[in-house]
Amino acid sequence: MSAPIFTGSEWNFELIETIDKEIALIAEEYGLDIYPNQIEVINSEQMLDAYASVGMPLMYNHWSFGKQFLSSQGSYQRGHMGLAYEIVINSNPCISYLMEENSMTMQTLVIAHACYGHNSFFKGNYLFREWTDADSIIDYLLFAKNYIAQCEEKYGIDAVEEVLDAAHSLQSQGVNRYKRPVPISAEEERDRQKDREEYIQRTLNDIWTTIPLKFRKEKKAVDRFPKDPEENILYFIEKNAPLLETWQRELIRIVRKLAQYFYPQRQTKVMNEGWATFWHYTLMNELHNRGKINDGTMLEFLQSHTNVVFQPEFDDPRYSGINPYTLGYNIFTDIKRICMAPTEEDERWFPDFAGCDNWVPVLDHAMRNFKDESFILQYMSPKVMRDMRFFTISNDEKNDFLEVGAIHNDEGYRQLRQNLAAQYNIGNIEPNIQVYSVDTRGDRSLTLRHYRHNNCPLDKNSAREIMGHIERLWGFEVKLESVSDDIVIETFRPDETAEEGANH
Amino acid sequence: MSSIVIDRRRNSKGKSTVNRERFMRRYRTQIRKAVNDAVNRRSITDVDSGEEIKISKKTLSEPFFHHGEGGVMERTHPGNKEFISGDRFPKPKGGKAGQGSGEGDASDSGEGVDDFVFQINRDEFLEYLFDDLELPNMVRKELKATTEYAYRRGGFTNAGSPDRLNIVRSLRGAHARRIALSGKERKEIRALKRELREMEVSPEDTDLQRAEEIKARIRELNEKIKKLPFIDDFDLKFNNMIKVPMPSSNAVMFCVMDVSGSMTRAIKEMAKRFFFLLYMFLQRNYEKVEVVFIRHHAEAKECDEHDFFYARETGGTVVSSALALTRDVIEERYNPKDYNIYIAQASDGDNWESDTPKCSQIISESLMPMVSYFAYVEITERNHQNLWYEYKALEDRFENYFAMAHIQTPADIYPVFRELFEKKEVSA
Repeated sequence: MSAPIFTGSEWNFELIETIDKEIALIAEEYGLDIYPNQIEVINSEQMLDAYASVGMPLMYNHWSFGKQFLSSQGSYQRGHMGLAYEIVINSNPCISYLMEENSMTMQTLVIAHACYGHNSFFKGNYLFREWTDADSIIDYLLFAKNYIAQCEEKYGIDAVEEVLDAAHSLQSQGVNRYKRPVPISAEEERDRQKDREEYIQRTLNDIWTTIPLKFRKEKKAVDRFPKDPEENILYFIEKNAPLLETWQRELIRIVRKLAQYFYPQRQTKVMNEGWATFWHYTLMNELHNRGKINDGTMLEFLQSHTNVVFQPEFDDPRYSGINPYTLGYNIFTDIKRICMAPTEEDERWFPDFAGCDNWVPVLDHAMRNFKDESFILQYMSPKVMRDMRFFTISNDEKNDFLEVGAIHNDEGYRQLRQNLAAQYNIGNIEPNIQVYSVDTRGDRSLTLRHYRHNNCPLDKNSAREIMGHIERLWGFEVKLESVSDDIVIETFRPDETAEEGANH
Repeated sequence: MSSIVIDRRRNSKGKSTVNRERFMRRYRTQIRKAVNDAVNRRSITDVDSGEEIKISKKTLSEPFFHHGEGGVMERTHPGNKEFISGDRFPKPKGGKAGQGSGEGDASDSGEGVDDFVFQINRDEFLEYLFDDLELPNMVRKELKATTEYAYRRGGFTNAGSPDRLNIVRSLRGAHARRIALSGKERKEIRALKRELREMEVSPEDTDLQRAEEIKARIRELNEKIKKLPFIDDFDLKFNNMIKVPMPSSNAVMFCVMDVSGSMTRAIKEMAKRFFFLLYMFLQRNYEKVEVVFIRHHAEAKECDEHDFFYARETGGTVVSSALALTRDVIEERYNPKDYNIYIAQASDGDNWESDTPKCSQIISESLMPMVSYFAYVEITERNHQNLWYEYKALEDRFENYFAMAHIQTPADIYPVFRELFEKKEVSA
């Protein structure tokens, strides 16, 4: 047993370095594979800045980030909101921001949580591996920031804002869900950007040519454009909008690229937080076992940990949905339990690994190969459902009552687990909207389709407002059809009155 | 694999400044409106604070596609107590209450749902308030012997106190001196070296003795150059400070108001707002603004802010008495050479008939030569009164220095103020 590394609450850089080395040692023993860490200590104002730029160290300029800044600054100064203890960025090296106000215990916790928990998740999880490029994101942001600044200089802030506003409203419709984009660095990006200019103009001419078909040498059956519905609306507009300038297409591309970068985070909230929480808990306990931190530190840590995984129940005024930290932490902890001390029930549910004793590879496999939806479907045990006492409420607009669906009992476990998993399926949460057709030979109008899931309608006001944005990008008439079983139920067009917002 | 720990606390904090500006720029119309509303609530000399700006959230929306109410929604919640599958409940009234608030309005807790609230500071407040306005005829008054002087940097000198030593200049001087003083020697060295090199090219007819001589001479010359002092008293240069007279940045504003019985509380409230705007506007342009309140009915009196706005007296109305008092106060305390003088007069325009010509006489003969700007506002819902017609002539005569406007409702105040102080095209 050695003496604890620190006893007081004051931190300094030496202590941070020492404790980081200790944690690194333990993490290595558990086989956590991480990017090198870059730990940066910042103050509260810088934290507010980071909040305002979606947590990134640099970002292009836009009024909405200013709005975010004013809003969090206001809430912070009036004491409505505390600031996060840390922010961590999926980059290589992995950048983590630590708040200057944290006590030494908190710094230790935060390092364990972010620099080893989240970090290993970013490096290991398949979604992050396939869809984001940690090596080049900072470079890309730099390219984006400079490019947009140049555009503002050349074409004016208003013109740039118009495109960005429109593109921002379509961020969720700007991701490829099934194709892997090729990651490239900022320098290549600049080179390619030139090639793209020419290429796009060329292909555009093909689509929009006005020479009648019979005079064209190749006769293609162009009954419908696009041939298959396109789910990435931003991509479609970037490549096919008839009137956009090249720089406007590039702006759309930037928004699209960043949306794609953040997409895995939206799909792994439960896993990512659960994984980081599980590991900070494990690492802190191990530090304590080895005498590196004392009992006082441990108590302070446990109090904070308890707050993090606190789940208010549905009838609690504080309830605002399921706490991803709690759910994720509970599932990971439960997997470990099933490995070490399975019950008869566990052996029925998880024959693959119940009682295998060596839990580290089991957890590692779970972390690497799943996203929230499939993770819950695969790993949430009856015990977790019982402990959290989950139940499903079904609300059908045709009925004037709510009905309790599956609950945490033998008949309900499987259904309940499916319900909860579906709740984390982005395909269900977000409206499924796709480019349906373009009238290439006629008035060039663009038709989008919303395919209803469970007959859920779109929010009307925002839909109309966004149609205005799309029309500005497309340059010709646009409409959005909300479809259920191939029957058009509702049609949205741009709403003239929605314009009053911004006045230039 | 070791971690790097970096202290970023010293880095700039203002990363969001540009975005904040962008935001303000985009919503300047709304902010300006909020600022105008705020003006109406403030006391006349309360200009040192910023303001809380409220903008409706709807205006600021950043829309994204999401589901509305309807269809079949299934949600799973934690914390079941007594529910069993198949239990039914009537739907809670008012939509989402029992649905858990997992979606939508997650942020900005603690604010009203309808407004986005943020702070602007005093400078921004004034910026929005007086956007595109200017002070007419602003003159920086030159001061006489008694004026204050300020020290400014002005070139360099050879003498000075050590704390004013300009190191870059001094070393540059020393360097130049060393080059200048060693010119002859270095020229000779160059010539001798050339001679040496030629000997090396054709070693057969090398005069060994001559070579030795040259080498010795080069050494000697180098020694000489080395002896030049690195820095000399002569090289020292000091930052020079010069005295410059500072133009006056004082202004005085006379608020002249009729407090006779016909001036109701509402009218005075409107006058107050007008004076308030003017006061803040002057504050922005001058370091020091003094305010003199003069109220009058049949006779005029100087008073403090409270009496000015809240005391009510009755009596006839003799406007000239106030103007005469203004003239006297100026002559006694505010030398036009030292002060920019602004007079704002508010009245319902109802004056004693035979006094009116006297007013215009005092203004045109005594006041106008001394003041930078005279603004008259007539606050009445009725038709123009006699004072208005009398002043109309003055407006033509003292174009750009005398302005008048008519206020009927509180909503007119700010537009009228803007009209009076609108930036004018430069007239030749």
